[in-house]
Amino acid sequence: MQSPSIAVEAKNITKVFGHGKQHFRALNDVSVSIRENEFFTLLGPSGCGKTTLLRMFAGFEHPTQGAILLHGKDIAHLPPFQRPINTVFQNYALFPHMTVAKNIAFGLEMLGKPKAEIEETVDRMLDLVQMQAMRDRVTSQISGGQQQRVALARALAPSPKVLLLDEPLSALDYKLRKEMQIELKRLQHETGITFIFVTHDQEEALTMSDRIAVMSGGRILQVGSPHDIYERPAERFVADFIGETNFLEGKVSVLEEGDRLSVTLDAGTEGKQIQVAFDPQNSPETVQAGQRITLTVRPEHAQVFPIGSTSDDPIISGKLENIVYFGTDTHYHVKLSDNSIFIVRQQNSQIRGDVLVQNEMVNIHFSMDSARTLWD
Amino acid sequence: MGSRHFNVRTLPGFGFIALLTFFLLYLPICMLVFYAFNSGDSIVQWEGFSLRWFEVALKNDAVQEAAGRSILIAVIAATVATICATMAALATTRVKPYPGLVFKYAVINQPLMVPEIVTAVALLIVFSKIKVWTGYSGLTYLILAHTAFCIPFAYLPIRARLESMDSGLEVAAGDLYATPWKTFRLITLPLLRPGIIAGFMLAFVISLDDVVITEFVKSGGQETLPTYMLGQLRRSITPEVNAIATVFLAFSVLLVTAFFFSSRKKT
Repeated sequence: MQSPSIAVEAKNITKVFGHGKQHFRALNDVSVSIRENEFFTLLGPSGCGKTTLLRMFAGFEHPTQGAILLHGKDIAHLPPFQRPINTVFQNYALFPHMTVAKNIAFGLEMLGKPKAEIEETVDRMLDLVQMQAMRDRVTSQISGGQQQRVALARALAPSPKVLLLDEPLSALDYKLRKEMQIELKRLQHETGITFIFVTHDQEEALTMSDRIAVMSGGRILQVGSPHDIYERPAERFVADFIGETNFLEGKVSVLEEGDRLSVTLDAGTEGKQIQVAFDPQNSPETVQAGQRITLTVRPEHAQVFPIGSTSDDPIISGKLENIVYFGTDTHYHVKLSDNSIFIVRQQNSQIRGDVLVQNEMVNIHFSMDSARTLWD
Repeated sequence: MGSRHFNVRTLPGFGFIALLTFFLLYLPICMLVFYAFNSGDSIVQWEGFSLRWFEVALKNDAVQEAAGRSILIAVIAATVATICATMAALATTRVKPYPGLVFKYAVINQPLMVPEIVTAVALLIVFSKIKVWTGYSGLTYLILAHTAFCIPFAYLPIRARLESMDSGLEVAAGDLYATPWKTFRLITLPLLRPGIIAGFMLAFVISLDDVVITEFVKSGGQETLPTYMLGQLRRSITPEVNAIATVFLAFSVLLVTAFFFSSRKKT
């Protein structure tokens, strides 16, 4: 396969707000490449710098240091109105004194397109977002979901090279948000435009994106496909932020052949060693016995058994504190010897006949490959 | 509906105080209007209905001249003040806050705090010097003075409107390829219009109404309507003054009503 071409690239971007004692480093040497026709998501908690990075692509902020390349050309110094990049704003920012159709035509008119072309494009956009019936309404007379569609159509109408979306779904209720997630994916496919999407909602990021950049504290911690980010987190923060997970602390006891390690955990194994696989790409260059290590195990990759069952898989044990029924699955909260809680999630359709009793000791199994190794 | 929420209407004496306030505010005005229609020469003794004093006032060349001058000054001063105030409001709201911005607010609004008589005396001194240097003693001095004290009145509603306006709309226009000038013309200005109209009306009425500064700054023969009325009161008082005041009042009410309905249609 040919390597896909790069649409937008941030190169060593640093952004400092204010100066002196009150200065704040919003972005710290951030580099990222976003591919052509990609649905790319910047994901992170509020204050992580994701919106600042997006505003820099749009031209609303200028980097303190670094370059922003659009198809290889540095655009960091260009004002927003000279960049072929459009934005869907969090609060939509529709022009209240114009009709829906006028809002959508605005960008095309500013570009000086001929009248016939504008009319044709506005018509096409209204069809695309299914708002043809609302074309002559004033924007204050339509619902939130409809405003969202108009904002999308307005930003897509000038066919930008890149579309930026700044938490556009956060103001919608749950059901409408689910609908718009599918709608956005469809629009991205139909238009073939590169989408850069900002969100703090990890579920939204996982379901919609081709690739995700997880950000925290003004840095990008990991870039990868939703599957990569979820199954192979590079850092503790990523593992913790995306979905639910368990952390087990310990140290390396023996290096086995291949990509395997024997680990002595601090809790839950009474000093026994367990064997896990490790990813050399995400590990220090030299791994020695005695080194601290963290294992992360997703709740759905583990299973609980009554004490006494035997298995070749790594086993830890603890007291079954709580059983929480969720309809499709059941969560088991197991307290380990250091008082930390290990959560196991089992699908109710696959439940076995074992009888698990609250406050009894239980064994937890997980396969050697499902434990991800993280280093401090 | 519970009585848990504080409601000023339920306080004892609320109705009485409200009535008294309206009474004190509007009774003197009602009296003034009433006696404008008096057929006699007194402003306190009713002798019968007549439009006589309106006719007298309208035929009075001095009144016509003063009214024309008042309106000319008010139109020019309010227009110039509104333009200045709009620029000042844009410059103080569409920037990132910086040290000294609050000081600028204060400087712009300072004429509201300074006693009018002080400004009047100060202008008298400055303008009399300039009159001596240039030999010019036309209407420009009055227009300049009115423009100056009208600016803060025009500034306040315009700034209030700008601050309540979502600056994200201007950012969005820029994102959609509008240059800063086009953004101002197509987004900022249309949305700002109610504030600009309110500012202009306020400035216009304030200018039309001014006595103190006008009295100090005007040269001989430059009476405006308020200074003319003041001059009349010094001599014999006839219902002619009531008639002029009534027309003045009707004019202001009409203006404010027109503005009210024009701004309601938009939003």
